[in-house]
Amino acid sequence: MDTQALTYLFVGASFALYIGIAIWSRAGSTSEFYIAGGHVPPIANGMATAADWMSAASFISMAGIIAFSGYDASVYLMGWTGGYVLLALLLAPYLRKFGQFTVPDFIGERYYSRVARVVAVICLIIISFTYIAGQMRGVGVVFSRFLELPIAWGVVVGMGIVFFYAVLGGMKGITYTQVAQYCVLIFAYLVPAVFISFMFTGNPIPQLGLGSAGVDGVTILKRLDGALVDLGFTAFTDGTKSKIDLFAITLALMVGTAGLPHVIVRFFTVPKVSDARKSAGYALVFIALLYTTAPAVGAFARLNFIDSVHEKTYAAAPEWVKTWEDIGLIAWTDKNADGVIDYGPGAPFEGRPVFSEARGAHGERLLSNPATINANEIFVDRDIMVLANPEIAALPGWVIALVAAGGVAAALSTAAGLLLVISTAISHDLLKKTFRPQITEKTELMAARLSAVAAILVAGYLGVNPPGFVAQVVALAFGLAACSLFPAILMGIFFKGMNREGAVAGMIGGLFVTLSYIIYFKSPWFGAVNTADHWLFGISPEGFGVVGMAVNFAVAFGVSRFTAPTPGAVRALVDNIRMP
Amino acid sequence: MTSPIDAEGGSAKDRDNAAAYWKENVKLLAILLSIWFAVSFGFGILLVDVLNQFSIGGFPLGFWFAQQGSIIVFVILIFVYAARISKIEKRYGVGDQ
Repeated sequence: MDTQALTYLFVGASFALYIGIAIWSRAGSTSEFYIAGGHVPPIANGMATAADWMSAASFISMAGIIAFSGYDASVYLMGWTGGYVLLALLLAPYLRKFGQFTVPDFIGERYYSRVARVVAVICLIIISFTYIAGQMRGVGVVFSRFLELPIAWGVVVGMGIVFFYAVLGGMKGITYTQVAQYCVLIFAYLVPAVFISFMFTGNPIPQLGLGSAGVDGVTILKRLDGALVDLGFTAFTDGTKSKIDLFAITLALMVGTAGLPHVIVRFFTVPKVSDARKSAGYALVFIALLYTTAPAVGAFARLNFIDSVHEKTYAAAPEWVKTWEDIGLIAWTDKNADGVIDYGPGAPFEGRPVFSEARGAHGERLLSNPATINANEIFVDRDIMVLANPEIAALPGWVIALVAAGGVAAALSTAAGLLLVISTAISHDLLKKTFRPQITEKTELMAARLSAVAAILVAGYLGVNPPGFVAQVVALAFGLAACSLFPAILMGIFFKGMNREGAVAGMIGGLFVTLSYIIYFKSPWFGAVNTADHWLFGISPEGFGVVGMAVNFAVAFGVSRFTAPTPGAVRALVDNIRMP
Repeated sequence: MTSPIDAEGGSAKDRDNAAAYWKENVKLLAILLSIWFAVSFGFGILLVDVLNQFSIGGFPLGFWFAQQGSIIVFVILIFVYAARISKIEKRYGVGDQ
């Protein structure tokens, strides 16, 4: 069978599995729809959390980011795992003890305030939609590359599958599908990594292979550092970001991770408080398996890339260079007209490649972008690194098919988790708890399903027509969670004296500061120059959620000192959630 | 949801017990979070240049902490917390197991 047929087979088989699970685990009550009835064993919840958390960005983009930014990419590795320590130690056990359905539930009841609940719902919806657009896009990219469908059709197929199990099964369906998706995605990630590590170093464990010596007796990291420095790049193990920015981004990602509603809600599904703690530990084990492999994948991919293209003639370049060029994710512009590909620092031309229909002297696609003055001639979209890696390393067709199925699993599992928190926030927090408290459970369940349908349609639309602005502001999701939800939940548990006025003022203050900063630098409206010289305290928009969080705390404590103290019943509620 | 009465409505002895348990929990959290901070922000960011003078398994040490070591320590921290806190819970006669 050729690779394409194998890919259809693998992706099709995984879809059949997800649909089978969905039929087996239909939800019959709101409790099953929102939190899988609270009966999920901690290990299964750990796997589901890992799949929920590891999105198309983790699976497809992260190794590419590491490949092209080396040490600087540590902020993502530490930030997206360190948050689980905060979650397991500071939030999950207490939220499980509180034991309702949603994050706005906790904020609304703890701060005895509808306003607080609605502010939390608004944050939740913005965070989740920002995130979901990227997932649908990820499904589309995998389909278009491996199954040669247009991106829009890929998105429609993805929507159909998620529709089936999220609307039918709610949290119960999603949980067990995510367990299956975790298995698919981790297998698909590890297999090529093990192959490549073994090929380079003879050591099949990628985490160790990265530090091992290759055939020439030099360690992979040293060889990569040397090759990059020779080409004029910064060494792989050195960074270019300032310490304060590294610090701020890492902290913002950690705190943001701990405050993401679709992750938190997973800990409402386990039977007991002690299970919530253990399950966070299992989740991080399953996540760490991929996250500690990613640096190896990134480093091997970069080295492979340099070896296969630099100073090679275009005519002799490997086949994958041409396939990815055909879909526009690699581009070559022969600046010195010698037919040889030269690789070096800096962008080869201005902006994203814009291809004209014509082919050049060597058969390459011609570009209409103005060339830059540096020596670099090759453009590569860093997102292709994981997907192209098996081809770059000339691995068998079934490995390529497996990676395609894994990428789809990663994107679908995260999309489903996000859709669920959006639909829950609408049916439970807005309808049942705020605007229409008289509705029956049956109506609420119907409302939850309908809002899931609506959310899928919006997500699909965003996937097909990704707004450039949203694509740039994934930072927004983490920044918002860091400056609003995380501090509100933390103070709700650890500071009994924090009252309604303080919490609401804090959330609004934190949101205002973070949103203004991100919009100022990331939107096209102000013409601000997004470089370190212009940032406040040298902190990039990606890390500014930390400043928003500090503002939240300061405002909250200030306001709570001068307003009415927390009522006795709420103090008793806090005492209660503190006891496991 | 369980009734909120059982914490504040109990006897003075229960309340003291709950307060002592909470104090011990917060102390444990402070210790574990200091380690969390040290391995990531300390070894992986602030001291990375100093640690990179040493090496571990072919990696510069600071780089290793930033991309591998901190993640491994995070996993250990969560399981240590789960084990230690359930011991503390048994000692105070609280908890769910």
